[in-house]
Amino acid sequence: MIPKPEEAHWLAASVALFVGLLLVAELIVGRDVFRERAWRAYLLPTVVICSSVLLWVITIFSTFSMLHLLAHAIWAQAALVAGAVELAVVRGKLRSPRWSLVPAFALFVSGVAFLVHEQDAWLYSRSAFLHHAIGWMLIVVALFPLGQALEPRRVVWRAGFALTFVLLAVLLFADRDAAPIFGRFGLSGP
Amino acid sequence: MSSDIATNIPRDDSPLSVHQRPVRALAVQVLGPATVVCGIVWAVAQPYRIALFDRDGKGFYDYLVQGPLLVMLVGLVFAVAIAPGLVDDLAGGVSRDPEA
Repeated sequence: MIPKPEEAHWLAASVALFVGLLLVAELIVGRDVFRERAWRAYLLPTVVICSSVLLWVITIFSTFSMLHLLAHAIWAQAALVAGAVELAVVRGKLRSPRWSLVPAFALFVSGVAFLVHEQDAWLYSRSAFLHHAIGWMLIVVALFPLGQALEPRRVVWRAGFALTFVLLAVLLFADRDAAPIFGRFGLSGP
Repeated sequence: MSSDIATNIPRDDSPLSVHQRPVRALAVQVLGPATVVCGIVWAVAQPYRIALFDRDGKGFYDYLVQGPLLVMLVGLVFAVAIAPGLVDDLAGGVSRDPEA
């Protein structure tokens, strides 16, 4: 009764899409309005921490490959730390914008884990292509929370961070265990 | 001058102007339905991604986890559970605004 990897990725994509929508909504209405109701303020860190717990569950089942096990453990740890810091920020325990360096580091490490644990080349399969694409994307978008830490008033950093999760959802939803890279366009691997 | 006429100019502490709020409320309300529409378009484009339409060899998780339906579900949850409260809070900000 273990789901296929692509199905686990689609579930992760759903969580990423929901997080992306929450961040876009917060960007639109402003942080003060978004956090006017306590449950809404705590929703984002709760979702991130719960997703880290689910990632730990997936880590348990990733025993078919040491690299996959380590990669999923790194993603779970990164999500847990980022969620915990966000929770502390919402609680008012942490006030400095410099704490945005934590999600920046989490995204960077997650991107590196994607690249390191993918053993095949870009065009080997759709799964390999997406692992490379997501890995490099996460490394690049780590600049957004880094920018938030250095220039917290600039909207572009928060917008980029929010859209990161929407893009991540799109890429994860596109994942298939066995499929040519671009479907009918014929760019398939062996 | 009489203080009934010459009063202090109210300071607007809100980061959003009154005119911006309807646009922002509309944008928040559109997010959920737009996501649902994306899921519907995906389902029409790739009906084989929905196990209910293509039942051969499908197991429990194939029915539980179906990409287009998950996208629709996320959009629906956002539209029903998140967006209305945000719009109310934006409107509450307008009613409290001294210029409104």
